[in-house]
Amino acid sequence: MIQHLVILPILLPLAAAAVLMLTGARNRPLHGVISIAASLGLLAAAVALVIQAGGGEAAATYRLGDWPTSVAIVLVADRLAALMVLLAAVLGLVNSVFSLGRWARLGPFYPVFSQLLLMGLNGAFLTGDLFNLFVFFEILLAASYALLLHGSGPRRVKAGLHYIVINLVASLFFLVGVSLIFGVTGTLNMAALAQRIPTLADDTRAIFHAGAAILGMAFLIKAAAWPLGFWLPRTYDAATAPSAAFFVIMTKVGVYALLRLGMLCFGPASGSSAGFGGEAIFVAGLLTIGVGLVGMLAARDVGRLAGYSILVSAGTLLSALVFREPAVVAGALFYMVVSTLAAAAFYLIGGLVGSDDGDDEFEDPPLLEAYDPDGDGLYTEEDERAVIINAPLGLLSAGFLICTLLIAGLPPLPGFLAKVAMVAPLLDGPVGPLPGAARILATVVIASSLFSLTALARAGIQMWWAEPDRITPAIRLHEGITVGALLFALLTLTFTVNVPFDYLDATARDLLDSNRYVGSVLEPEAPR
Amino acid sequence: MEIVLALAIGVLTASGVWLVLRPRSFQVLIGLTLLSYAVNLFIFSTGGVRIGAEPVLRGSAGSLIDYADPLPQALVLTAIVISFATTALLLVVILAARGFAGADHVDGRRDDEA
Repeated sequence: MIQHLVILPILLPLAAAAVLMLTGARNRPLHGVISIAASLGLLAAAVALVIQAGGGEAAATYRLGDWPTSVAIVLVADRLAALMVLLAAVLGLVNSVFSLGRWARLGPFYPVFSQLLLMGLNGAFLTGDLFNLFVFFEILLAASYALLLHGSGPRRVKAGLHYIVINLVASLFFLVGVSLIFGVTGTLNMAALAQRIPTLADDTRAIFHAGAAILGMAFLIKAAAWPLGFWLPRTYDAATAPSAAFFVIMTKVGVYALLRLGMLCFGPASGSSAGFGGEAIFVAGLLTIGVGLVGMLAARDVGRLAGYSILVSAGTLLSALVFREPAVVAGALFYMVVSTLAAAAFYLIGGLVGSDDGDDEFEDPPLLEAYDPDGDGLYTEEDERAVIINAPLGLLSAGFLICTLLIAGLPPLPGFLAKVAMVAPLLDGPVGPLPGAARILATVVIASSLFSLTALARAGIQMWWAEPDRITPAIRLHEGITVGALLFALLTLTFTVNVPFDYLDATARDLLDSNRYVGSVLEPEAPR
Repeated sequence: MEIVLALAIGVLTASGVWLVLRPRSFQVLIGLTLLSYAVNLFIFSTGGVRIGAEPVLRGSAGSLIDYADPLPQALVLTAIVISFATTALLLVVILAARGFAGADHVDGRRDDEA
């Protein structure tokens, strides 16, 4: 039974989505119960997966249909994949609780698409096969199109149109890259790929590099790296708050794929391919940080501010993860966890405060329109039963303050610990993709804290102090609890930082030793 | 045979890229369709271009020389289905954008503004 745990994070959301579809578009209380139960189940499965991955030396693998590894579709739950599944599960639970009531009422079947997005995310993290990575990417993208368009309105449709076109082009890049790699190496299994790369002939290696570079383009578009990431702030800003908070992890899927393939295919063991593309990704990451910071300083509302802060965190991750130093990788992974959750909380708070940017043709998008094609009154007693918290302004501004400290990376919160964990080993001068890269990155990361703090502090002053006659936003109890629990979890991380750190340290060592991954995937067969 | 296939892929890609960069949403849609045709042909070609070779094993297996690589064909089938479905979704969004903006410009601008 326990060996089926690896596929559970894919099957559970799929089953939940199917059941949610069957209950119809109108049965919202039942939807809430099912989606929260499924998300809790997924969280439990993810925790079990992390415990399993953290305990064993070899990664747990799952061959669908028990075919031999050479032909099987294989799922691999090593430490990194389990960590990412856990992160997705946390955001999924946050999404399913927060979106109850008024957010889900904006359109039909909101929880269905949330569950499908979870399925795509988990599949992308767990798969050990490039083509299935493509398929799961498409699943999560298709679900994200629906979540982005949820609530409709001209702003969302326009942003959605651009988003879909960009992602379709990115998918075509993905396919070209995958098929080039397949044409050269004859395999799509990532572990078998890692095994075959050192033995490639020089002329085919050039084609392999071209394929990998095109594939990398697709991931960089997803990770919103400069100059491929200008779609992100506007798109996420147009989405409803729970959707945007959920989307935060989608840039991390791109980062995850780059990290996974970079370590497997271009790690130290890959012969003359070692470190391929590292310089380009490093420079792109630095420029992404720069664009994100300029955008944060220029942003005039919380949605844009959060969007550009995602660019900063994506750029930091891209640049930091090309270092082949366990301590740097572990610190960057911790930074990824913290910055993802912090940005999600930031979007939720932004959604609760309500958008008040002037050039919006669709003012205060989440609160006004409900999907009600037949005009039979979706605003029923649900709305009157909702518990509304008093004095939310204090709570919201406290949440904003915590988010500021987390995103800017100030003590004593884990955002600071993550940046220290990442920057301190960089100052020891590990070998980077370019000469002096470690010092440059350390400087940029420290400077980025200052700029983020400036931008966030200015936004905070404008939001909380400069508008004495602002209308107090009404907050539902479950929304407040969700944001509060998310921030509380991040605060607790300050005191229990050793637990994740031991795990992340082992994760980084796993990643840098690609033989461990390859061995645990291909082990059932005799060595070739 | 190879040159015909390569030319077809090249022409489709070039037309597709040009159309995707056009400002009208319908042109973008057609461009994406052409691009996905090109990519599908490209995936198909990675298995090697062969005439008269089957991908499915028949009664007497013979040697691998007699067969075409079935994996790119399976991949291309998946890719066709996925790109077809997402393009259909895009068409719906394009129609919605057309309805909201009253114009088919990808940025929702009207002709007099553009």
